[in-house]
Amino acid sequence: MGLEIGLGHYLTVAAILFTLGVFGIFLNRKNVIIILMSVELILLAVNLNLVAFSAHLGDLQGQVFALLILTVAAAEAAIGLAILVIFYRNRGSIAVDDINMMKG
Amino acid sequence: MTLPLFFFYVFGTITVASALMVIASRNPVHSVLFLILCFVNSAGLFMLAGAEFLALILVVVYVGAVAVLFLFVVMMLDVDFGSMRQGILQYAPIGLVVGIILLLELLLVAGSFVISPEIAASPAVPMGIGIDNTRALGQILYTRYIYVFQGAGAVLLVAMIGAIVLTLRHKPNVKRQDPATQVARRASETMEVVKVKSGQGL
Amino acid sequence: MIQAIVFLPLIGALVAGLLGRTIGHRPSELITTTLLLVAAVLSWVVFIPVAFGDGLAGAVVEEGGHGAVLKVEIMRWIQVGDMDLRWILRVDTLTAIMLVVVTTVSSLVHIYSIGYMEEDPHRSRFFAYLSLFTFAMLMLVTADNFLQMFFGWEGVGLASYLLIGFWYTRPAANAAAMKAFVVNRVGDFGFALGIFGAFMVLGHIDFDGAFHAVSELGEELPTMQFLAWNLDAMTVICLLLFMGAMGKSAQFLLHTWLPDAMEGPTPVSALIHAATMVTAGVFMVARLSPLFETSPFALAVVITIGAITAFFAATIGLVQNDIKRVIAYSTCSQLGYMFVALGVGAYSAGMFHLFTHAFFKALLFLGAGSVIHAMHHEQDMRHMGGLRKKIPITYAMMMIGTLALTGVGIPGTSIGFAGFFSKDAIIESAYAYGGTLGSFAFWMLVVAALFTSFYSWRLVHLTFHGSPRDAQHGHSEHPDPQHAALETHHEPVDDDNADDHGHAHHGSAYDNAHESPAVMLWPLYVLAIGAVLSGVVFYGMFFHEVEHIEHFFAGSIYVDHELIEAAHHVPLWVKWSATIAMILGFVTAWFMYIRSPETPRGLAERNPGLYSFLLNKWYFDELYNVIFVRPALWIGRAFWRGFDDWLIDGKLTEGLGRRVQNVTSWVVRLQSGYLYHYAFAMLIGVAAILTWAIAAGGLLQ
Repeated sequence: MGLEIGLGHYLTVAAILFTLGVFGIFLNRKNVIIILMSVELILLAVNLNLVAFSAHLGDLQGQVFALLILTVAAAEAAIGLAILVIFYRNRGSIAVDDINMMKG
Repeated sequence: MTLPLFFFYVFGTITVASALMVIASRNPVHSVLFLILCFVNSAGLFMLAGAEFLALILVVVYVGAVAVLFLFVVMMLDVDFGSMRQGILQYAPIGLVVGIILLLELLLVAGSFVISPEIAASPAVPMGIGIDNTRALGQILYTRYIYVFQGAGAVLLVAMIGAIVLTLRHKPNVKRQDPATQVARRASETMEVVKVKSGQGL
Repeated sequence: MIQAIVFLPLIGALVAGLLGRTIGHRPSELITTTLLLVAAVLSWVVFIPVAFGDGLAGAVVEEGGHGAVLKVEIMRWIQVGDMDLRWILRVDTLTAIMLVVVTTVSSLVHIYSIGYMEEDPHRSRFFAYLSLFTFAMLMLVTADNFLQMFFGWEGVGLASYLLIGFWYTRPAANAAAMKAFVVNRVGDFGFALGIFGAFMVLGHIDFDGAFHAVSELGEELPTMQFLAWNLDAMTVICLLLFMGAMGKSAQFLLHTWLPDAMEGPTPVSALIHAATMVTAGVFMVARLSPLFETSPFALAVVITIGAITAFFAATIGLVQNDIKRVIAYSTCSQLGYMFVALGVGAYSAGMFHLFTHAFFKALLFLGAGSVIHAMHHEQDMRHMGGLRKKIPITYAMMMIGTLALTGVGIPGTSIGFAGFFSKDAIIESAYAYGGTLGSFAFWMLVVAALFTSFYSWRLVHLTFHGSPRDAQHGHSEHPDPQHAALETHHEPVDDDNADDHGHAHHGSAYDNAHESPAVMLWPLYVLAIGAVLSGVVFYGMFFHEVEHIEHFFAGSIYVDHELIEAAHHVPLWVKWSATIAMILGFVTAWFMYIRSPETPRGLAERNPGLYSFLLNKWYFDELYNVIFVRPALWIGRAFWRGFDDWLIDGKLTEGLGRRVQNVTSWVVRLQSGYLYHYAFAMLIGVAAILTWAIAAGGLLQ
């Protein structure tokens, strides 16, 4: 590792964040809120990658993409939480174990 | 060790540590707070990479809006989060396996990637020299990427309307004003003039 | 004009068949009959110049062709590779004869049916079928190539099936229709193979081309390889073609459908199963005479089968009790005569007999129909008798038919009924052919003539002479449920006619017997004229002088000069043999059924084996039942149970369905409905794809 901040540094941090997000989904399988947060972590890892490459290559396109991902992530969080709220309002619970109406 | 590198390690370590706490903490409120910490430190990393605008957006939008929204929801819902932690380790082994595989592969990629010279030589949108990040982004967002940008706005609008539609509910017993009905009323429908003889009452 | 003759019946059939319900029965009858009459008149217009004038109007002698032919191209039909097939109406003398026979008999039968089918609720359908048949038959006789002939061939088969099964509510009629169709399939299969073979060997599917190719064959005859045998191609082709003729013309071994076909209405029997369709085989062999002349063996087979049929059918006819079946076996027998004539090379004699036979056999059938009509659909001759007084006109007509069939005439002179000339011509030709085969055929035919005379007179005696035998005959004692079914079918719907059919309720058929209406009698008169005169008038063209024959047929068939000359110079006893046989038969019949009516019963009791052998038609139905029908049913059942039910249904369709259910009921467990399961699946998938990408990318580079 050199003295300058390299691309590898960013990629490593992003990889760890991504893995933690994935692991979080497995770990907190019953808690939808934390699953949503894990998704946010994964998206953050992706953003980190895009920004890092953008800086490394001197290409602004990566940052534009990161901006779009932020937009989608925000929308996703809003909708996800809204669904969570009305689900709780109807069922009195957000336990994922209770949500199996899609059972075939 | 240069100062930027030092800060990179500080922000990176805190980001990873707080991300770990997001998924590991017992209390969802703590998770949300750690998520905020994670975002803030990521913003620091963005700043170090030279993406000042994105860093600030991250802080403003994510920390100010999304994370707070999480916080509201967690606090609003009266959920026994303790019971949700039962059996938390049931799928931990498989999650660990998948996670480790992914991590190793990602690190493998991160450590051994090569950027082909053509791509490095010809960036799609070259970063302007001597022009600050926000201005540069603005210049391409409103020109070259105007449709994508408007599309993103539409996504946000739809999400907003969707969230409102989903959560809006009419309570039947609440009295509300209906301006249209009020305006449409006529005196003849609502009022009757009665001549009352004195001393007799109605 | 030719187009009109061929297509007018089709128009009639379409009108009556498709619009019959709309326009009603009477208009359907009138339209079809009128169109047929027009076609018949036009046919005579075509025929008379051929017979009495200077040949076919408009006919041309093509270069390298075989005679004067009038060809009318309708359209191009099929073009495949070298085969350029045109739909051409071919008219030469042979066709002209058939046109006259078909349209005349058909139009008379149409007229007759107006009376005969009066009470039937499906008359328009009946007339549509009749006209359809006529069209198909005309297509057959005007064919210019094998395929066109095959089209007509199958068309008449279809019409025959439809008409035999016309009373579809009767199981016997349906069974008979199916039997006719299936037995004909056997023959048609041979016919089709013969056509394929002819096309393969001769390279032409049109008649002229095929005949030309045959004439150029020379000494080296083509052969064909079948398994280990090296066969003479022409013999194989001719035998296969003759197989088709055997089926259609109800020859020995493939004859079984014809007697059963009598389940159809009697006019149908007259038209299809006496005058026209069954003679299609004769026509076909005559038409293809250049082919058959190349194969002596095939001709020998034709003679043998014809002679056996003539004899065999006549023996069965001796003991049958159903009036229509007697005539049916007689038809079978007479067709045998025709084939003998064809086989010995006297094609003109065969066509002559076809021509005369069409008149007198149609007359006999229609007369029998008149009797049946008078007896209220009683067909058993044992319940008739003494009808001479009740229905004198029918009696007279039947007498003429019988005289014509038995061949009454004075040998050596030109006095005689139609059958006399044509039958004697065949018998003399058979004798003139000589050799073992010739004398075999000759004796068979003479004996058959004796039998013919016997059963014909037996029919007349049983039906018209003697005393009524149905005095006790009442509805309740009906011996045959089949006839009861027939009567039920014909029971008038409205009560107005109830008195006409009183026998169903009271009294006897004899007492209620009545002469048929004029519309049924007029066709009989016309046919009677034909039965009396067709022999005398046309003897010259068909058989008398070789030059005359040559001129008349104008190359449409092969004419064997030597044979015909020889046939005219046979010994005197040969000329008289048929007449003597006829007289013997008449005397025997008179003795057994008029003089001492107990004799037949005694004879039958003394020879029970022979009697039941004949009564059961040589046990052919039983034999075929054991050889073909049972095994076919057994195989069908095996395939049904074993293949279809067990394998296809049980294992393939239902089995596959069950497998699918099993698999899905196992797969459905994956659909737990829990959100995180789907998320897990997705993430594991992501990990797998990433692994694959890295591994593949790393390994490939």
